[in-house]
Amino acid sequence: MISLTQTLRLALQALVRNRSRSLLTMLGVVIGVAAVIVTVAIGTGAKTSVANQINGLGSNLVIVIPGSVQTSGARTGLGGASTLTVQDGLAIAKLPGVSAVSPSVTVRAQLVTGGQNWQTTVTGVAPTYTAVRSWDVSSGRFFSQTETDEAAKVVVLGQTVVRQLFPDGSDPVGQTVLVRGVPFTVIGLLSAKGQSGAGQDQDDTAQIPYTSALERLTGGTTISTLMVSAVDGDHIESVQSQITGLLEQRHGIVSGKADDFQVRNLQDIAQAASATASILGLLLAAVAAVSLLVGGIGIMNIMLVSVTERTREIGLRVALGARSAAILRQFLIEAVVLSTGGGALGVVFGIAGAASIAVFAHWPSSVSVSAVLLALAFSAAVGVFFGYWPARKAAMLDPISALRFE
Amino acid sequence: MTPVVEVHNLRKVYNIEGGEDVVALRGVDLTIDPGEFVAVMGPSGSGKSTFMHIVGLLDRPTAGTYHFAGHEVSALDADALADLRSRALGFVFQSYNLLPRTTALENVELPMIYAGVRAKERHSAAMEALDAVGLARYAQHQPNQLSGGQQQRVAIARSIVNRPQLVLADEPTGALDTASSEDVMALFQRLNIERGMTVMLVTHEADVAAHARRMVMFRDGNIVSDEPVREKALV
Repeated sequence: MISLTQTLRLALQALVRNRSRSLLTMLGVVIGVAAVIVTVAIGTGAKTSVANQINGLGSNLVIVIPGSVQTSGARTGLGGASTLTVQDGLAIAKLPGVSAVSPSVTVRAQLVTGGQNWQTTVTGVAPTYTAVRSWDVSSGRFFSQTETDEAAKVVVLGQTVVRQLFPDGSDPVGQTVLVRGVPFTVIGLLSAKGQSGAGQDQDDTAQIPYTSALERLTGGTTISTLMVSAVDGDHIESVQSQITGLLEQRHGIVSGKADDFQVRNLQDIAQAASATASILGLLLAAVAAVSLLVGGIGIMNIMLVSVTERTREIGLRVALGARSAAILRQFLIEAVVLSTGGGALGVVFGIAGAASIAVFAHWPSSVSVSAVLLALAFSAAVGVFFGYWPARKAAMLDPISALRFE
Repeated sequence: MTPVVEVHNLRKVYNIEGGEDVVALRGVDLTIDPGEFVAVMGPSGSGKSTFMHIVGLLDRPTAGTYHFAGHEVSALDADALADLRSRALGFVFQSYNLLPRTTALENVELPMIYAGVRAKERHSAAMEALDAVGLARYAQHQPNQLSGGQQQRVAIARSIVNRPQLVLADEPTGALDTASSEDVMALFQRLNIERGMTVMLVTHEADVAAHARRMVMFRDGNIVSDEPVREKALV
């Protein structure tokens, strides 16, 4: 009886004897596996990229907006109530699971410099805003807590506003901008954030301390929105319900009556977006699986040709005392070696391909270990599945006619 | 002494679909003892190839009994026959049937691989067999680097490497020129005389058969003559 390692050696020798054909046969599986790895990497990358964009809206953001009020039968829309206060925000900041809170007071205002003017959304916020919205300054600095306490006349400009007010390219930091006629000093510039999901230009903004906005622009005490950042994604729901409870208590809302505020989060958007990315990934993987299947059929094809071409060799092996099981095993091993060899090469090319896509197309792509293992296992399975029929055909050959075969 | 081959009333009938049955062997009786060198002759269609395939355990008879080295062959399954072929039989073919792009040494080792012999023993046995056919220094040559006569000698080395009880040679000189044929037949004679190797040779050439010590003539599926070869033919 011949051992399995000996059969493996015979199979390898047979493959090496037909080097170029073996390599060409592998090519189908190489491409298939490389395609699987690259597409899965792209799919994963798409998911990561969507998740990053969602996070870009603010990490684990919970938004509190004023609710609707009813005045003599006419109901205002959401935000119509002027009930949220800075003190609500301070109380929320003390809740467990909350990492940062920033109020937001929004005012449409005309900004004027020496030669230019531009109307934009001026938002009064707290210094925590950069953390809540995951939004940093690209030059200069954001205002401090002291400046907020003092209602300092300092402003941080968005990139669109910078382009409109300083078209000559001069450095705005340190210059003075009139906001509704009040002179503010530019202390920093926000990094570019681009469009929001709804197509709004998020860079068309100017930010000042919320105290300055209340005292110098609106003259009121209520704020438009409270932006709350939960410590992580798992705390979003508990933070939401705590805020609801806290604000109901603070606003004296008894059970049964409608709240004068709403608490929202971005989870729904995130879920919809990641579901879309998953479908994209699935689609790509399906295409890749088809190419792997085609690679497997290629192996079967070549193995069948090989069995016919090596008919005399098979007859000889039988005459020399090979059991039919040994012949079957040798051809099966040849097919599996071809497919897993192709799979291993495919993994190498796939990782290289995913890496070059990441570099040249600036598309995040991450090769997962599970995708690699799955592709390898699948390619081995392809070898067994598509190699069995040719191997069986070889093992069933009649040695006498095989030896006479021309 | 147990005969190597002992057939009695051996019949082989091929069923051809949609046609009449073809009777290849019509009740053959033959005994080959250890150390014999038998030439089987006959025109094509005489049944000599069918006989060789049955003796070589590649085919089964339709009727009759065949004892190979004491084994009742009809009682053995396909795997047992394969094992017997690997241990107790050697084959030499007209077209050498060496594996291409494989060294002479590896070709000679092949039967031992199927017999499950360890690598080290395989190597020394294969070198010894190549030495016996005078090709030890061609061990690392591939078939396409050897002449026809040399290739057939590698094939003979392959057939004797397991020290089989019977070597079957099917028209071993059919593809060779006269000088190489002489070499190959002289080699068979030497192996038969020096090592007591039992050889059964199938040929249709009388001068090739003359190298054997016993000549069996087939015609129409029967043995028509079975007699010793005249002494003068022996070299």
